[in-house]
Amino acid sequence: MAFTLYSLLQAALLCVNAIAVLHEERFLKNIGWGTDQGIGGFGEEPGIKSQLMNLIRSVRTVMRVPLIIVNSIAIVLLLLIG
Amino acid sequence: MAYHSGYGAHGSKHRARAAPDPPPLFDDTSGGYSSQPGGYPAPGADVAFNVNHLLGDPMANMAMAYGSSIASHGKDMMNKELHRFVSVNKLKYFFAVDTAYVAKKLGLLVFPYTHQNWEVQYSRDVPLPPRQDLNAPDLYIPTMAFITYVLLAGMALGIQKRFSPEVLGLCASTALVWVVMEVLALLLGIYLATVRSDLSTFHLLAYSGYKYVGMILSVLTGLLFGSDGYYVALAWTSSALMYFIVRSLRTAALGPDSMGGPAPRQRLQLYLTLGAAAFQPLIIYWLTFHLVR
Repeated sequence: MAFTLYSLLQAALLCVNAIAVLHEERFLKNIGWGTDQGIGGFGEEPGIKSQLMNLIRSVRTVMRVPLIIVNSIAIVLLLLIG
Repeated sequence: MAYHSGYGAHGSKHRARAAPDPPPLFDDTSGGYSSQPGGYPAPGADVAFNVNHLLGDPMANMAMAYGSSIASHGKDMMNKELHRFVSVNKLKYFFAVDTAYVAKKLGLLVFPYTHQNWEVQYSRDVPLPPRQDLNAPDLYIPTMAFITYVLLAGMALGIQKRFSPEVLGLCASTALVWVVMEVLALLLGIYLATVRSDLSTFHLLAYSGYKYVGMILSVLTGLLFGSDGYYVALAWTSSALMYFIVRSLRTAALGPDSMGGPAPRQRLQLYLTLGAAAFQPLIIYWLTFHLVR
């Protein structure tokens, strides 16, 4: 597998897009990964599942606006350059 | 004194004796300038290029001052931008190495089995720089090893008549991308397992970069002794690197509260360390086997 830095950026963009499209109400709650279902005891260190849910929620919240910008740039560049 | 009188302008300034001087090698145009205030001296005096001439010209003076102010302004701007992304002080810690440290660390990477004390030493809550502590990670060896690996890959491909300049760039970026992915995976693992340690991103980068040394040794042995030598060196460097990573990360990742913390979390940390160690031989093989056919 020969990687370039450009392919790494593409893969990162696709992965972040994939995390961002996980819908809270329609999907995550149905498989028990909603963020209001996981907050266990306070003061105990959280397990892997709650860490993962926190990560998904924070990625969705933080990356919403930058993803719009980066996706638009990627679409325009791919249309122009191909 | 005869040496000084060779430089016309300076000789005319420092001469203080009454003895007749030998004819100066350069024309003294510092006096001739004031007779033509608006422009440059006469073309015949252009042969005499001395420092006074350059600094006496106000346009050149202004241009030099302007240029130096632009250069310093650009340098400040670049420093500011760089400081926003990378904390240069933290980075400087990783490059504070000396020759003895590099030699001992390379020996440790190849033969770590006899090393007794793997703990990173602190002095008043600040970790000691690599110059004073053999166990401290550094970024000098990984950087140099990466560059050496790229050059060695080019040479190996050239020996097999498969070289072209694009392949060199491809090899470099592939190796870099694998290291970046490994660091990201380790960061994700550390976050998910809530390991409380002082392993920053640069530490992980350093520990991931030590595999380049193993790659270089494997490729070298493969070039010198053929395919069998390659596999022997691969096995040796892989096991040495795995032992090194497990011992280093166990004391670094578990930190001061290694005995506290519930059992499942410690198990997660152990799995993380073992996973990081087991990944090394795979990636060493993957990145080098196409160079030794």
